[in-house]
Amino acid sequence: MKFFKIITACFLLLFVVSSGLVVGASEGNKEDNFLAAKNDVSDLNSLQRGARNFFNYCAGCHSLKFIRYNQIAQDLALDESQLIQNLIFTQAKAEDPVTTNMLPTDSSRWFGKTPPDLSLITRSRGEDQVYNFLRMFYEDLNSPTGTDNKILPGTSMPNVLWLVQEQSNEKEFDQFTLDIVNFLDYVSEPNQSERKRIGIWVILFLLIFLAFSYGLYKDIWKEVH
Amino acid sequence: MTNLNRRRFLSIATTLTGGIGILFASIPFISSFQPSKKAKALATAVKVNLSKLEPGSIIKVIWRGQPVWILHRSQEMIQNLKESSLDLRDPESELSIQPLFAKNAYRSLKPNYFIVEGICTHLGCAPIEKFAIAPADMGPDWKGGFYCPCHGSKFDLSGRVYTGVPAPSNLRVPPHRYENENTVIIGETEDTENA
Amino acid sequence: MPNNEDQSMFSNTILRWIDDRFPLSSLIREHATDYYASKNFNIWYIFGVLSLVVLVIQLLTGIFLTMSYKPSAKDAFDSVEYIMRSVEWGWLIRYMHSTGSSFFFIVVYLHMFRAMLYGSYKKPRELVWIVGMLIYFCLMAEAFFGYLLPWGNMSYWAAQVIVNLFGAIPYVGETLTEWIRGDYYISDITLNRFFAFHVIAIPLGIIALVFAHILALHHVGSNNPDGIEIKNYKNEQGNPIDGVAFHPYHTSKDLVWITVFLILFFAAVFFAPEMGGYFLEVDNFEPANALQTPEHIVPAWYLTPYYAILRAIPNKLMGVIVLASSVLFFLFLPWLDKCKVKSIRYRGWQYKLALSCFAISFLALGYLGMQPASGIYVVLARFFTVVYFIFFIMMPFYTRFEKTKAVPERVVYKK
Repeated sequence: MKFFKIITACFLLLFVVSSGLVVGASEGNKEDNFLAAKNDVSDLNSLQRGARNFFNYCAGCHSLKFIRYNQIAQDLALDESQLIQNLIFTQAKAEDPVTTNMLPTDSSRWFGKTPPDLSLITRSRGEDQVYNFLRMFYEDLNSPTGTDNKILPGTSMPNVLWLVQEQSNEKEFDQFTLDIVNFLDYVSEPNQSERKRIGIWVILFLLIFLAFSYGLYKDIWKEVH
Repeated sequence: MTNLNRRRFLSIATTLTGGIGILFASIPFISSFQPSKKAKALATAVKVNLSKLEPGSIIKVIWRGQPVWILHRSQEMIQNLKESSLDLRDPESELSIQPLFAKNAYRSLKPNYFIVEGICTHLGCAPIEKFAIAPADMGPDWKGGFYCPCHGSKFDLSGRVYTGVPAPSNLRVPPHRYENENTVIIGETEDTENA
Repeated sequence: MPNNEDQSMFSNTILRWIDDRFPLSSLIREHATDYYASKNFNIWYIFGVLSLVVLVIQLLTGIFLTMSYKPSAKDAFDSVEYIMRSVEWGWLIRYMHSTGSSFFFIVVYLHMFRAMLYGSYKKPRELVWIVGMLIYFCLMAEAFFGYLLPWGNMSYWAAQVIVNLFGAIPYVGETLTEWIRGDYYISDITLNRFFAFHVIAIPLGIIALVFAHILALHHVGSNNPDGIEIKNYKNEQGNPIDGVAFHPYHTSKDLVWITVFLILFFAAVFFAPEMGGYFLEVDNFEPANALQTPEHIVPAWYLTPYYAILRAIPNKLMGVIVLASSVLFFLFLPWLDKCKVKSIRYRGWQYKLALSCFAISFLALGYLGMQPASGIYVVLARFFTVVYFIFFIMMPFYTRFEKTKAVPERVVYKK
């Protein structure tokens, strides 16, 4: 029995360690400039900047159809006038979902592809990929847009942030794009902060219940021999 | 602590905590029945432009999936309204549903505009307009109002129900407020406008 | 236990009225409160109860999800996001259901392993084991059908691959896959019928089988870690002296471990619902796309051992046959195992070694099923598939001549 337990324990350890290594090794490209996106979804200022950046540079082509403007306003502590002034550049109302006015027929003609909805982009591709995608455009005069991208070679997307990139230094631009990624992380799961907050209480409650039920169990089994 | 006391304490503590836990656990499930954010978004107020509405005419809009009528009451209609307080089941609107400001003969903020949900309080059919005075089918005492074709309920020009008809209460008046002379917002009242 | 006279009189009258017309009290006594089970249950014995707990969680959260989910190709993906974002507490109900499906398999695999440790499938419990295996088959089908419902890209392609397996069957294969799909490709029609299976057909089957499973168990009585029949020694009241009544002994003990389980379960739900992409695959956050296959198509982690076995065989039809056998072999364990001793505590080194190798190969195959089918992974998958099958095929031989230890007469109980 002991031999069996040892063997199983060894193998489980081996499995856990190796899967950790495998998961770690499969993370993105190891370009010299590749940075991990260390964004903090609880940083309200970053989210507000990210929202501003998104609506100014991205929302023209990319929708966020699974979130409504008023949800963003509520979670980012913006009142209705701030919302309308800074984030809504279409005829949408606060309760509407974030859609783009670019028609799929037009975008297919112009870019060859429809710009995808970005509501879940950080959940499907990961924050690192999105972050570095925005940072790694480079000049390529052979492409229709004049640029190409190291993360997604052959991408139809032009380097929308080229002017920002030109006008800011590396650190500022990294922060600019990180804010966008942070905002998209929030959009992909707006409830995540609430989820973690409630989770703590649930576990605490269960621990209290565990204490009582364990005491009761011990008391009842006292007489068993 | 004696054995029995300890057992009793632990049993009660466990049961109580367990009960509280089950109560808390049921909250998400019961709450999930509430209108979702999408339902709330679609239930927002409706703005109606009244500038083109002639006296004696009626507009119909949809608010929260229900028909809402806006009647521009003519002077004659307002006059007839004052006189028709008899034969009404609930002339003071004690039993019916309306905003506080509509608990009067006009059942509206302004006498010349009447805003009401076009749903008969009996079984939900849409009443039809009977604005003519004393037509053949409504009798000589008819001063204008609404008639429900399903089971014959009759309402006056303030949507108040007559006695002797199946409908139990006056037509519902939805919350509303005026943004300006020509614009009414259905779904908001003065105090909820910033809600 | 002392009871308040006045309170009990009222409830006693109602109870007597019911008992005159329905065997309520006797059922409760026979199958719950006065059911005697061994006093030396260890941790391996909690997983049956935990399976029930997870079943209840899945049924409850499943019902609430069905209230808002839309089973059409056009709306399914969006309706899941609607649940996550718009329905009050919808995110919690969804996460409980997705986490629950993974925890169901963790718990069920450990539950099955207990039977292999202590010989719980042996006479007279063969039927308990067979019904249990049928529940396991239903569970795998339930997971497979449920997985298509979010209509993510992994959902779509996983369904595509598994349904195409049936195409391997000679003569009827193509017709069969078309019949299963209800269409010429995985479409809205397929989604709708998978929804019917997942929400009604299989849950009804599972509930009926769980009933039969527990009934069969109670008919012969539970096994225990020593593998001896506690009914051999009874006291004056006719109760096994090595057993304790289910209530309050096993109920109080199970309550503790259920709580521990719930802590682990809710830790996952609230802090790691995706579990690194194992509970909620990242590819499933993109809608189904018939023109774009994900880089690695993998089934959910709990089906990867069988996926590895399937891919280990280079021939499509043989792969399907071997895959089916790998699952079906479990059914024959009661008759493959020739050893008279039930519990591993008293069995020979042969079975201990064989079971260890089996467990290791199952885990290894699970890992390999998640990797691309190339290079060293294929070699290892083939190796471990062989080990897996040797466990079953050679069992009649290595169990017949086991050098077993003396089995005690009475149960070994250490406080």
